[in-house]
Amino acid sequence: MADYLEELQGETDAIDPTTGDIAISNYTINFGPQHPAAHGVLRMVMELDGEIIERVDPHVGLLHRGTEKLIEHKTYLQALPYFDRLDYASPLCQEHSYVLAIEKLLDLEVPLRAQYLRVLFAELTRISNHLLNIGAHVMDVGAMTPNLWLFDLREDCLNFFERVSGARMHSAYYRPGGVHQDTPVKLLADIADWLDGRMPELFEDALSLVVDNRIFKQRNVDIAVVSKDDAVKWGFSGPMIRGSGIPWDLRKSQPYEVYDRMEFDVPVGTNGDCYDRMMVRVEEIRQSARIMRQCINDMPDGPIASFDRKIVPPKRGEMKQSMEALIHHFKLYTEGFHVPAGEVYVATESPKGEFGVYLVADGTNKPYRCKIRPTAFSHLQAMDFMCRGHMLADATAILGAIDVVFGECDR
Amino acid sequence: MASPAPVIASNEGVIDAVKAALVDDLVYAEEAVHEISITVRREALNDVMIALRDTEGLKYQQLMEIAGVDYPERPERFEVCYHLLSLTRNHRIRVKVTTDEDTPIPTVTDVWPVAGWLEREVFDMYGVIFEGNSDLRRILTDYGFRGHPFRKDFPLTGYVEMRYSEEHKRVIYEPVELAQDFRTFDFMSPWEGADYILPGDEKAEDEVDKPGGDS
Repeated sequence: MADYLEELQGETDAIDPTTGDIAISNYTINFGPQHPAAHGVLRMVMELDGEIIERVDPHVGLLHRGTEKLIEHKTYLQALPYFDRLDYASPLCQEHSYVLAIEKLLDLEVPLRAQYLRVLFAELTRISNHLLNIGAHVMDVGAMTPNLWLFDLREDCLNFFERVSGARMHSAYYRPGGVHQDTPVKLLADIADWLDGRMPELFEDALSLVVDNRIFKQRNVDIAVVSKDDAVKWGFSGPMIRGSGIPWDLRKSQPYEVYDRMEFDVPVGTNGDCYDRMMVRVEEIRQSARIMRQCINDMPDGPIASFDRKIVPPKRGEMKQSMEALIHHFKLYTEGFHVPAGEVYVATESPKGEFGVYLVADGTNKPYRCKIRPTAFSHLQAMDFMCRGHMLADATAILGAIDVVFGECDR
Repeated sequence: MASPAPVIASNEGVIDAVKAALVDDLVYAEEAVHEISITVRREALNDVMIALRDTEGLKYQQLMEIAGVDYPERPERFEVCYHLLSLTRNHRIRVKVTTDEDTPIPTVTDVWPVAGWLEREVFDMYGVIFEGNSDLRRILTDYGFRGHPFRKDFPLTGYVEMRYSEEHKRVIYEPVELAQDFRTFDFMSPWEGADYILPGDEKAEDEVDKPGGDS
């Protein structure tokens, strides 16, 4: 059409075909802050050359709530529920770092059953987190069905959390010195049934639609390849560093609780691309199920929290009988316990990577400083070099494979 | 260690190795709560980090975290803590430098690119300046935010609050106005963990320190 018009007007471009073309300059777009593939409130300023990404500047902090400052104004126990609200996709794993940090400062022994329960529910959290991430990632690159199926499984996980702690998401189940309540006996049996029946069935079914799918592979294989060197330099951890081929898992290398008694494998990627990161998570779900089965089989009977009454409040039944227990209960829920001065950095393997808590105690009942080391912060910083040279549509796949949750990134 | 916290490689000999590697740049080293903290000279931070990363027997390849801490009573009020991790030796170490509001700390972005955002966060929250960081913008706080919120003298409520104004048809900022006051906390209350005076118990204190001065 255009040629025809030019012909009518007597214009010709035979000598120099570029004459009359407009010089195309890079243009900048906003990805987010409200974008379904941004997994929350992420704003990315992208400089594009056509559809090729030249530069990405992620703007984070839109969900900054000043958690660390708020924690400084709360007692140690009151600060605990804030950790659920950081990474709301894997709440118990954040609590885990925090209670371990307090216990390390107090040098407090935790009964074996409590340690088993913590590992059991930390792994259940890992499964529910990865289910959400895999589902979201798959949907970001265009497949709808697996997400729906995986959400069904995630719902089962949330029901288990509800049955043990009373809350579906913000459990506040781990407490300094142990866990809040013992599990109902039926619950452990139900989890075991779920692990042997419904979970693998539905999960493998959903994945069979994805893992060898041509479209899924085209969208993920060789996208955002990160070398081992880069993974180390950019502070990667969790599935991101394992996806790049470094077998680094804090549960294995720096075992806490009863992880040293568990048998499990650490999956690693070979290429360091988005597909590897996703497949590492898939295998981690299977390994987590393996750990959970061992937990349920080996879990001893016994107390579920320390008997140190200066830290762990007594149970209600005891309070009805003993004046001492009543006083302890009252003191612990008003003043709270005091933590000896000192500083610790405790990091655990949360589903997304190394989640650390740097706790500075000054001997009072409140933390002097509680620095949270989020997993997504370092990973998101690497968005720039991971996206460079890829297409705009790949940004969503890369972001999905990072597994960000902004409650945690922005704190 | 009685607690179930993560177990890392032994701390034995690490302080000596650090002393040998850093020589004069090391100000202070201690092992507390099974963790090693070293304080180093601020000016030499870059060399220190390269030494910690590359010296055989130390090999801290990863920078996991930079945390600021504010101690307003100290002459150099800010402490910046770098948490390093060695993947090969399975060990962690904490490197501290101190500074005040005006004195910059040399950046470590040349050693670890991940430091870029971590330094930005410390700058945003505490106002610590990192010399050589090419992108020292605010990161977590709002666009156009003033002040450094994690300083101990910054109030928990902040100074401004934001709302959508129907009148102006946009979001506006106003000075904080608390519709409901914070409950007044009585810090002499026994529940707040204060060093309080028990009526009738004055004698117990007299026995401890005789001159009866206010302790």
